[in-house]
Amino acid sequence: MKIPVRWLREYIDITVSPREAAQMLTMSGTEVGSIDTIGNNWKNIVVGKVIEVVPHPDSDHLRLATVNSGGENITVVCGAPNVKKDIKVPFARVGAVLYDADTKKSIVLKPAKIRGVVSQGMICSERELGISDNHTGIMILPDDAPAGTPLQELLGDSILDLEITPNRPDCLSIIGIARELSALTGCTVHLPSHKYKESSTLIEKNISVEIADPDLCYRYCASLITNIKVAPSPEWMQQRLSQCGINPINNIVDITNYVMLEYGQPLHSFDYSKITTKKIVVRGAKQGETITTLDDIQRNLQEGMLTITDGNKPVAIAGVMGGLESEITAVTSSVLLEAANFNSSSIRHTANQLNLHSEASLRFERRISREIAPVALQRATQLILELAGGEAARDTLDIYPKKVEKVPILLSVAEVKRILGIEIDIKKINDVLNSLGFECENKDFLPQIWAIPPYWRTDINDAADLVEEVARIVGYDKIIPKMLGSALPSQQLTPRIVNRENIRDTLVGCGLQEIISHSLTSMKMLQNISPQHNLIGPEPIHLLNPMTSAEEYLRTSLLPGLLTTLSNNQRHEDDELKLFEISRVYLPRTGALPDENDMLAAVFSGARIKKHWLIDEKPFGFFDIKGIVETLANRTGITINFQNSTDARLYPGRGADIINSSGVKIGIFGEIHPHIAKNFDIELTSYLLEIDLSRLPCVLPEKKYHALNRYPAVIRDMAIIVDNNISAAEIKEIVLGFSLVNGLKLFDLYTGKQVPEGKKSLAYRITYQSSNHTLTDSEVNKIHQKIISKLGEQLGATLR
Amino acid sequence: METQLQSLREDALASLEAITNMESLNEWRVQYLGRKSSLNQILRSLKELPPDERQKNGALANQIKNLLKNKLQEKTGQIEELTLKDSLKQQTLDVTLPGKPIDIGRLHPLTQTIREICNIFGSMGFETIEGPEIEQDYYNFEALNIPEDHPARDMFATMWTDYRVGDDPNNLLLRTHTSPMQIRIMEKRRPPIRVIVPGRVYRYEASDATHESMFHQIEGLAVSENITLAELKGTLFEFASRLFGSNRKARFRCDYFPFVEPGVEMAIECIVCNGAGCSLCHNTGWIEILGGGMVHPNVLKRVGYDPAVYSGFAFGMGIERIPMLKYGIEDIRLFCGNDMRFLRQF
Repeated sequence: MKIPVRWLREYIDITVSPREAAQMLTMSGTEVGSIDTIGNNWKNIVVGKVIEVVPHPDSDHLRLATVNSGGENITVVCGAPNVKKDIKVPFARVGAVLYDADTKKSIVLKPAKIRGVVSQGMICSERELGISDNHTGIMILPDDAPAGTPLQELLGDSILDLEITPNRPDCLSIIGIARELSALTGCTVHLPSHKYKESSTLIEKNISVEIADPDLCYRYCASLITNIKVAPSPEWMQQRLSQCGINPINNIVDITNYVMLEYGQPLHSFDYSKITTKKIVVRGAKQGETITTLDDIQRNLQEGMLTITDGNKPVAIAGVMGGLESEITAVTSSVLLEAANFNSSSIRHTANQLNLHSEASLRFERRISREIAPVALQRATQLILELAGGEAARDTLDIYPKKVEKVPILLSVAEVKRILGIEIDIKKINDVLNSLGFECENKDFLPQIWAIPPYWRTDINDAADLVEEVARIVGYDKIIPKMLGSALPSQQLTPRIVNRENIRDTLVGCGLQEIISHSLTSMKMLQNISPQHNLIGPEPIHLLNPMTSAEEYLRTSLLPGLLTTLSNNQRHEDDELKLFEISRVYLPRTGALPDENDMLAAVFSGARIKKHWLIDEKPFGFFDIKGIVETLANRTGITINFQNSTDARLYPGRGADIINSSGVKIGIFGEIHPHIAKNFDIELTSYLLEIDLSRLPCVLPEKKYHALNRYPAVIRDMAIIVDNNISAAEIKEIVLGFSLVNGLKLFDLYTGKQVPEGKKSLAYRITYQSSNHTLTDSEVNKIHQKIISKLGEQLGATLR
Repeated sequence: METQLQSLREDALASLEAITNMESLNEWRVQYLGRKSSLNQILRSLKELPPDERQKNGALANQIKNLLKNKLQEKTGQIEELTLKDSLKQQTLDVTLPGKPIDIGRLHPLTQTIREICNIFGSMGFETIEGPEIEQDYYNFEALNIPEDHPARDMFATMWTDYRVGDDPNNLLLRTHTSPMQIRIMEKRRPPIRVIVPGRVYRYEASDATHESMFHQIEGLAVSENITLAELKGTLFEFASRLFGSNRKARFRCDYFPFVEPGVEMAIECIVCNGAGCSLCHNTGWIEILGGGMVHPNVLKRVGYDPAVYSGFAFGMGIERIPMLKYGIEDIRLFCGNDMRFLRQF
């Protein structure tokens, strides 16, 4: 909502500057987004009177205009079609700064020779002054403006651009803002006069109104003005409408818009002659009805949309937009003026359904007061008579089936303190509410007030609303900050969050960079993580109204985001990339909200160790990733096992499943399937890791202390030769099965000429240690021998 | 024999004097103190001497042996010291050569910010909880005092799923704010409540430098007997001072959110111009940080709390905005863009 301060001053003599007023409004809830000043840069631009207009001797379309701007007469070349003798115009003298819309720059006016005639100045259009985009002709000023007056004195203004919150439809008006400023500054509001002379013809003789759906139309007021003359509205009115962002059309339509901006009540004017039935029926639309609205678009109405009809067919969509057929035209001579009040939900619903949002629907859907309609109707009728002539029928129609009762709301001084935390005395509360137009009563000398909201406020329903009114006018800066004093609630750590954050930190410790990617993705992306482009996992949840086709589905995997990130970064990174994300995936579930499981996914690509003067470059390998997985298990205190994976996303034979202690697969890792890498334009060999964090135990990791062993450890190395198909896990299981074995470390793995074909050599270091005595050599030798024998019996191992 | 011993002593000491390295010292040791040395031969031949000769020469030979042993030890120490000095002189490193790189990863700047905010509120007794991002209309709007067709719904452009649960007539939506957790937590617990809820939220908005269809918020909620607007102000001013520094001024102004009354917007003094007015703060000198207010009585009633007994405050803030302001990041899309050149800076 734009508020020109000159217009505002018609209703309130504010003593503060526009900037101070903006600050007060902002602090009290009506945020001023910006203040536009008009005319600050109009130096050397004054009111000029056109004394004479003659044709240019050397041009068909240019003319020579002689202008008096307070001193001597100056002749200038003018190309505007609307220049004529005796009008007042904005006249820029040499040295004035004007706005050039083509170059979007300011230019300093210099004397110019146009087709042989020198111009010592210029008559300006609105665009050249920076007032509007209008450049169809020169701007015409009011006749009573004295020549020579600086234009800034006449037209200079500040325009406040307000952001009105949805609860304050009353502030979508100049008078509403005047009332706010009145409460904030103590200045009084004066409303315009609504008095006009009525003719002797009773309105009821010429028109009847029926509300067929009183649940959707609460009030319908109408007046009738005959013998009017449609013409452009006066300059001052057009200018104000333009300043508020509304295009001037003609005097009648402009007046309805002007009064809407003044009071916040939308009005509509019908060409009375087009309402041939002499009857208005407000009812829900019937199936199949259509109407062509003022913007010349035919609208298909849905059943129940509230319409204004002439008894037969719709003539307007109630509260949204009028019909083209009954619009005011140059030949209109009688106007039926409507000021009504409609059900806010219904208007909002209709505007949304038709995707047709107007200044009227904006106000109606925010629930404007039912009491403003007759006030605004009178004001508009009076302005029509004043500016378009004609006679107003006697009386107005006012159909108001269910009058709203004024309900007093009780507010105690104690309640104000209970919510705000500061003491405000009853007199202050009373003064604040009075300044806002509330009727206050303090019965029986109790510290409480019964307050009736002013008729224009529809947002005040209970004591909490009154408390806010008091707080915002007293000022939030008067609230003294205080730390929370109430009892501290008991708190429990959430194991899921603790474990997850622990994992996040561990991964960072392992050198991985965390990323955060969008939860929304496309079907193509989800299919890209399959070598065959088929969807892996459940059908993703689909959005009804996605912003873009790339954000149509809720992701069921973190991998598309990670692989896209990998691919994007490979374009400008030759370094290694180790990325992870811990976030949710969204999986449908019957009969309940979807599962939003925490997942961990990571991708690895490029060099694990970068080339360095001390070290040779090493690429990532399967066991680098496995090391990270083992570290995670170690840090979170969970037991996991590994087995060869058949997961389609992995390079066959180069990936593992991660199995938890109850045998459930909780994740995978390994080299990415080359097809998937190709889908994401990834050229280097890359690895992925995925763990479903929702499958980790939901308990805090238990830490156990073991007393330090005081007895020495004995080390024995052993190299064995086994068949290639014997797994390290099988050997490990046997060795660790012996008591006194305290550690097992594989330090070499060899296949090649030194061992028979189909065999491999594994070198282990075994640590023996007892917790209650020092081991003797013979004790250790005995177990070591047993281990070798058992490996031989069960796995066919021989010592190398 | 005595003369032989004395000359042996002189020879040994004289040749030891000239020795400067370990190798020669070792040769010297073998020559004068080794098994085959003349001294050792003398000692071995002593038993063939008459007793008085044996005693006299034996004492002298042993005396000489001990002397040479001591001198050897002394010389060893000297040579070691010399060698060390030499090596200390010779092995000067080029300390400007790059060290072996240590791989350490980084948390995403948003994770860092969320943790920082949660820690600040955690120290004021707020417990961190999380909630669903795919929500029911009831929790996202209805229970928060925003019924169907309420104009305030325009403040929350919503993305809808084609998914329904149970007998809920409305499709599930992507939560437009973290506020639905106010309702969920109050339904589950009884006062006193003090929680914060970080998480992702979604808006049906075209993405540009300051808007994303997905971003992060943190919700705060405190409900108890006698919680006031003054305590909301105290809590949030303390938060702002810890996050932005104690010199940065903060202010409260009236604002509207359907689920609070009175409603509040908190701003801090502009980080760029320190209140003088610039393009970042639209010449106001202030930067909006968060919205909040006293929990609306209708909301309390909805979860079965008596608004005459309990009061509380709630607040919510966008997380991306905080590092954007702190570090002067001009484009919100960088956070989900995951360009390493961006992420490595935090």
